[in-house]
Amino acid sequence: MPSYLASIGMEVHAELDTRSKMFCRCPVAFGGEPNTRVCPVCLGLPGSLPVPNRAATEMVLRTALALNCTIATNSVFHRKNYFYPDLPKGYQVSQYGETNPIGYAGWIDIPKADGSIKRVRIRRVHLEEDTGKLMHLPAGGSGVDFNRSGVPLMEIVTDFPPDIESAEEAKEYLVQLRSTLLYLGVCDGKMEEGSLRCEPNISVRPEGSAEYGTKTELKNLNSFRSVQLGVRYEIERQIAALGRGERIRQETRGWHEGREESFPMRTKEEENDYRYFPDPDLVPMAFDEAMRERARTSLPELPLAKARRYAEQSGLSAQDCALLTADQAWAEFFEQAVALGAPPKPVCNWMNSDFAKRLNEDGIGWKASKITPAHLVDLVKLIESDAISGKTAKEVFAESFESGEMPSAVVLAKGLVQISDRDQIEAAVREAIEANPASVAKYKSGQTGVAGFFVGQVMRATGGQANPGLVQEAVKAALEKV
Amino acid sequence: MPISLDEVRHVARLARLELDEAEVLALQGELNALLGHFADIQGIDARGIEPQSHAVSLQNVWAEDSPLPSMPRSEALRNSALTRAGLFVVPTIIED
Ligand SMILES: [Zn+2]
Repeated sequence: MPSYLASIGMEVHAELDTRSKMFCRCPVAFGGEPNTRVCPVCLGLPGSLPVPNRAATEMVLRTALALNCTIATNSVFHRKNYFYPDLPKGYQVSQYGETNPIGYAGWIDIPKADGSIKRVRIRRVHLEEDTGKLMHLPAGGSGVDFNRSGVPLMEIVTDFPPDIESAEEAKEYLVQLRSTLLYLGVCDGKMEEGSLRCEPNISVRPEGSAEYGTKTELKNLNSFRSVQLGVRYEIERQIAALGRGERIRQETRGWHEGREESFPMRTKEEENDYRYFPDPDLVPMAFDEAMRERARTSLPELPLAKARRYAEQSGLSAQDCALLTADQAWAEFFEQAVALGAPPKPVCNWMNSDFAKRLNEDGIGWKASKITPAHLVDLVKLIESDAISGKTAKEVFAESFESGEMPSAVVLAKGLVQISDRDQIEAAVREAIEANPASVAKYKSGQTGVAGFFVGQVMRATGGQANPGLVQEAVKAALEKV
Repeated sequence: MPISLDEVRHVARLARLELDEAEVLALQGELNALLGHFADIQGIDARGIEPQSHAVSLQNVWAEDSPLPSMPRSEALRNSALTRAGLFVVPTIIED
C-alpha cells in the first residue's frame, strides 16, 4: 500500500464576546428563555435597519493583527443568500472576496511535539452574524429560537494548500488559536457551549502526488479531544477506502462522540449558489492608519511569545512554558510568584502538578481559589530552606488549598517543621543504636539491610520530622563506627 | 447576453418560486429587458473610475456595544402561524 499524506484546512467560528448583537442592540447571553433577546432587526422584519457593532469590528481588527494579517483598506458586508428556518432574513450578513475581509493573508505559529515551530497560513479573518437555533420538537415540527440570531461571529479560515498535516497539528492549531482569542479577550472559547466551533476539512493523497484528494468536512466537534480524534478517524477512513479502491465522496460528515466515528450528514446546501452581493443597508468600513495603530498598541503579549520569553529568562522547558502560558491568568500567577522572589522551576512544578490538579478537580481558575502567588512562594521557600520535606509540602499545600492559611502558618500550627539539625539527629541515632544491640550485631555480621530498621527508629523517635536524607547519612556513619 | 430558460428556472428555484412554463417564458422576457439596461451601462467608458459598492459616500457608521431592551416575546411571536413553548414552529427540518 502506498503511504499517504493528509491535508487539513480549518474553519473556525468564534462568537465575539460583546454585550450586544452585531447589527442591533439586543443583549448577547448564553441560554435563557427562547426568543426573549430579539427585535425587528435580528428577526429580519421588513423595514428594520442594521447598524454594525463598533466593538465587534474592533475585536476582529485586533484578532486579524494578532494573526499577522493584512488589514483591508476598504471592507464591506455582503449578503449570503439561502433559505433555512434559522436564518430569518433569507440571507446571512457576511464578508466575501479575497481582500475584502477585515484581515487576510496572515499566519499563526504553532509549537510541534519536537519543540520546533510550524507556521500555519491564514487566508481570512472576517466578521459575520450567527444564525438562530433549531430544535426538534417531540410533538412534530421544529422549533426556532432567535436569541442567537445576529450574535457577532468571527470566521477564521486557514489558507490553501493546507499547512496542517496531522490530527495532532489540527488540535495544536486550535489550542493556539483559542488561547490567542482568550488573550485578546474577544471570545470566551467555550467549545462545549458552541461559542468556539471548528469545522476541519480533510483530504489525503498518495505520497508524491501533486494533486490534492477529495475533501470531506467534519462537524459536531465540541472539544479539543474530539477534533483530534475526529480528524485522525477521517484520515484513516479515507486511506482505508482508497486502499480498497473506492473513491472519496465530497460530503459533510458528523462526528459521533460516543461511538468515536464519523457519519455522512444530510446537508442543507443543495446548491452552493449564495449570490453574494454588497449589503446596501450597511455602509463600507475603512480602517485608517490611526485606527490600525490603536488596535496594534492594544494587543497583549501573545501566548507563544510569552512562552518563548519564559524559556529564555528562566530556562524552563518548552513544554513547561506552554502549560504556563496557555491561559493568561495562569501566566500572571507565575509572573507574580517569580516577582515575589521564588525560583521559577519549583513554582512552575507546583503550578503544573498539585495546584493545577486541585483547580481542575474543583473546575475553577486560581483567582477563585484560596491560593495566591504569595502562598506558593511561601511554600517553595519552606522547601528550599529544608524547613519541610517534599512529602510534608504536599500535605501543607492541600491544607492551604482548603483553608487559605499561609503554608508557614500551617507548618507552625501543626508542628511540621523538619528537623535538619545534625546534632539532634545524631543524638537520636546514638540512642537507637544503644537501645538495639541485637540489630547492631546483625549489622556487624553482614546484614547491612538492618540500617533501614535504624532509620525507621529515628524517624519514629522524631515524630517523622527528621530530614530523611540526613537520618540515612547519620545512621550509615554511626553503624560504620560501631 | 440573454438569459436562458434554464437560468430562469435555476434562479426561481433558489428564490423558492414555483413557476409554470408560461411564467418562465414571460419572466425570461422581462429579465432580458432589465439586463438590456445593464448593457447600456456596459457601453459607457468607465476607465479610471473606482468600483463602488454603495451609492452613498458614508463609511464607518457604527453603534455602541451596549444592550437596549428587546421586544416582548408575545410581540415577536404575534405574526407566527404556529408557536409552541416560546418557539416559532416550522415544518420538521431533517438534520442529524
Ligand atoms: Zn435584535
